[in-house]
This record gives sequence, structure tokens and C-alpha cells, in this order.
Amino acid sequence: MALGFTLIWLILIVLIPISGLLLKTSTLGWPAFWSIASDPRVLAALRMSFGGALIAAVVNAIFGVILAWVLVRYRFPGKRIIDAVVDLPFALPTAVAGIALTTLYSPNGWIGQFLSPLGIKVAFTPIGVVIALIFVGLPFVVRTVQPIMEEIDREVEEAAATLGANRFQTITRVLLPGLAPAVLTGFALSFARAVGEYGSVIFIAGNLPYVSEIAPLLIVIRLEEYNYAAATGIAAIMLIISFVMLLVINLIQTWSRKRYGYGA
Amino acid sequence: MALDTQPGQHKLTSAVTESRFARWTLIAVSLVFLALILLLPMAAVFVEAFRKGAGAFVEALQDDETFAAIKLTLIVAVISVPLNLVFGVAAAWAIAKFEFKGKAFLTTLIDLPFSVSPVIAGLVFVLLFGSNSLLGPWLAEHNIKILFAVPGLVLATMFVTFPFVARELIPLMQDQGTADEEAALSLGASGFQTFWYVTLPNIKWGLLYGVLLCNARAMGEFGAVSVVSGHIRGETNTMPLQIEILYNDYNFSGAFAVATLLALLALVTLILKTLLEMRFSEEIAASRRH
Repeated sequence: MALGFTLIWLILIVLIPISGLLLKTSTLGWPAFWSIASDPRVLAALRMSFGGALIAAVVNAIFGVILAWVLVRYRFPGKRIIDAVVDLPFALPTAVAGIALTTLYSPNGWIGQFLSPLGIKVAFTPIGVVIALIFVGLPFVVRTVQPIMEEIDREVEEAAATLGANRFQTITRVLLPGLAPAVLTGFALSFARAVGEYGSVIFIAGNLPYVSEIAPLLIVIRLEEYNYAAATGIAAIMLIISFVMLLVINLIQTWSRKRYGYGA
Repeated sequence: MALDTQPGQHKLTSAVTESRFARWTLIAVSLVFLALILLLPMAAVFVEAFRKGAGAFVEALQDDETFAAIKLTLIVAVISVPLNLVFGVAAAWAIAKFEFKGKAFLTTLIDLPFSVSPVIAGLVFVLLFGSNSLLGPWLAEHNIKILFAVPGLVLATMFVTFPFVARELIPLMQDQGTADEEAALSLGASGFQTFWYVTLPNIKWGLLYGVLLCNARAMGEFGAVSVVSGHIRGETNTMPLQIEILYNDYNFSGAFAVATLLALLALVTLILKTLLEMRFSEEIAASRRH
């Protein structure tokens, strides 16, 4: 009974709407779909969304691992608070994050005022987009890596040290490879979240077509023009690319889990 | 005499930790990163809201449109969160306690809304119920408003927050296994009794945790809601949409005043979550390990 209820609910709320989108796309026909997909503005927006999300996910993977390590291994004042704060992007609405980041990084903002004399513009440029995407994706890497790090058996590190490895070697050769599957999972989640992000980005991006316009915004613009075909087409392209990328990441993950272990 | 080193002078670094210098560098890097990306933005919300004094802050919140937005946000959350709660429990129950074919596939489908852009989540409902959709003319004929009205907002919110409760519960219930339920059933409890008296008490903290996250997201959802709302001032704007409108009107203190309310909601969510984790760490830790 629970299963039946789950299925009905899932079909009503998620599956019918999504298939509606796919159905609509299939009625467009190839030539129309192709002309949407090859529109330079669409291509630029897709490049911004996927490129920005990729950079943000890489940054989050690096800092996420450092953060998780610091939270698991070290003791310092305020650690508990820092641990709780990491989840802030899950709880803080994206629109709030968007206007706050914009205020902070605009040329006369708290942080922006120090960057603008250096000739660095963050708000209203692609850099601003990446900052917002780092914000929304930050907790994913930390929260997937942290529990795995907690389970690492210290004896492995002791063994490495006994065998003459210095600390740096132990970390890069022994610990990090074992964490790779978890890091990849976090990276993928952070990336997937960032690709579709809208609320926090539109405030800080400046939304210049061909420069800092993201694909979800272009969907909204086309919808407001009642150009449903173009909106649907862009949405379908985004779904397909995300799906393929997640599939590839899944395959890499399966491979690295077999290769390196830890019950990630 | 030469061997007479004072204790502590030559502290050996343990082989399984980093040097003091490396440790503090990593801690400093983490803190600076968090400050730049998370803490300063949070502080900025409150500072900007009170820039023109407490009077302006209170006045901004007493605006009629803002009040309507707060009310609408609460209505949407009150409808969509309980529905997702019921669904989440049922889905987790089905997935964790029973064996059937296509389980992995079902789990993937439940997670689907996580990897769909909120804007696309809104778009699918526009395509389904919009004026030039299949259902559109029929709905117009019967005078049923879904888009640009509460039902559309609820549907879009439910789509986006769909996986939250189920995701928290599935690993937790899988961890707990089915032994308790089997015992209850063998002692003559009905299916419902087993669920109500055995399963539910076991998962209540994890459930609360999932509901908290679900609620925070439901009240703060922007992209999906933005697409289906139609932005009718005082009528179909939720709080996040009201923030956007005020901000684009250059009414920054107003925008940040509304933002403080949502920021406070986020803070309360985080505090409750941390308290839950401290008290019921074992139960909740299970759900983190996925």
C-alpha cells in the first residue's frame, strides 16, 4: 500500500510534469530544436551555466576536503559553530544569498571595495556567478566527505608512517585516493545543484547576454516572451547534458570505488 | 648535560597528524573561505536591513504587499510540507522495509527533483497548465486557476521539496532493519499498529530533521515559484519574490528587512538541527552516511 501510494504521488508530482516537458520537446521537431540549440545566445548561456558550475564544483571540492579535514581532525575554538554554519546554504533561501552576496561583492561593498582598486570586478561579471555557485554548492562536498573521513582507520596512517612515508606522502598517496569516491560524489552533487541554480545568481550576475547570462535565466526570459518552444528546448538541452554528465560521473565513481575501497 | 633537553623543547610531531604550522594554516584557510562565502553575506543581511535604523526596518515589514507575501509563504508551506511529509514517510517505508524489483530505479526517481533546475521545475507546470497546453482550455472553461495562483505555487514547491523527507528517512530506516517490525507483527500487531507504535517512534527525530530542511526550502524557494507565480503584487508573491521586487525597485532596506525574516528562519533551522544532532547524534548520523 505504501508502495502504491508512493508511486501514485511520484507520478503525479514529478513524472507527469517531466514527461510533459519531454513530450513538448518531441513535438518541436528536429529543425526547430536544432535552431534553438545552435542559437549563439543559448550556447553562451549554457557555457556560462555549465562552465561556471564546473569551476565552482572544483573550488568546492578542494576547499570542501580541507574543511572536512579540519572539522574531523583538529580541535579549535568555535568548531561546533563552524560545523553547523557549513549547512547554511541548505537553509538560507537563494534570493537572500543573492542580494547579500551582491551587496558584499559590488564595487563599493565590504569585500568589493578592496578588489576594485586591484581592477578585479566580481559582482555583475562571470566571477560573481561563480561566487554564487560556490555558495550554493559548498555543503555538498563537506557533508559527503566528512562521515567517510571519520571512519578512516588510523592504523593505515601509522603503517604508512612506519614504512617511511612522510606526512605529505601519507596524505596524498594513502588517504586522498581512498576518499576519492566520496569527493567525486560531493563534486557531482555540488555541480548538479550549481548548473540549475537561479535565485542566488540572477542578482549578482548582471545578466549580460553572451557574457554573464545563465541558461535558467534565458528560459525565464523566453517564457516571459511567451516563446514556449525556445524555453522548452533550452530546458531539454540542460536536462540531457546534466543527465549525461551525472551518468559519466557515476561510472567513474563505480570504477574508483572498486579500485580504492572505503565503504563509501 | 648535552642530553639534558627540557621536556617540551623537542616535541615530536605525531606521525599521524600534521605539524602545528600546517594545522593552523589549514584552519585559517577554512575560516577565511567560510567568512568570505558564508559568514559575511549572513552579516550583511542584518546590517543592510538596519542601515536606516530600527524604525525603517519595522516600517518596511508593515507594508501591505510584504504582509501579503508573508501570509502567502506560510499558506504554501502549510500545504506542501505536510503532504511531502506523508509522502516521504510512505516512500521511505516502502523502500527501506520491503524488497521489490526496480528499487534502485525508484530511489533515483525520488531524487530526480534535486538535479532538475528550479526554473525547469516551474516550467513543467507552465507547460502542463498554461493557456496553450492540453489542459489549459479545459481549466479556463471550468474557471480553475492553477498557474498564477496558490495551487501552482504549491505544486512547484512540492516538486522542489519532494525528496527531502524521504532522503533523510531512507538510510535511517534501512539502518534499523526490520527486526522490530517483525517482532511486532508476530505478536499480533496490525500493519498500521506496527507502523504507529514501532516504526514511527524509531524515526521521529530523523523525521523532524527532514521536515525542518523541507520547510526551510519550501519557504525560501525562488526559481520554481517565480516561474509559476506571475508576480502579481500583493497576490501571488511569496517572500523571496517580494525580496526580488523590492530589490529591483531599489528599495534595499525593504528587501533586506524581508530577507532578515528568512535569514532568521534559516538560523533557527540550523540551531534546531544542531541541537537534534547533539542529542540524537547516532540516529541522525546514519542518515548522513549516504
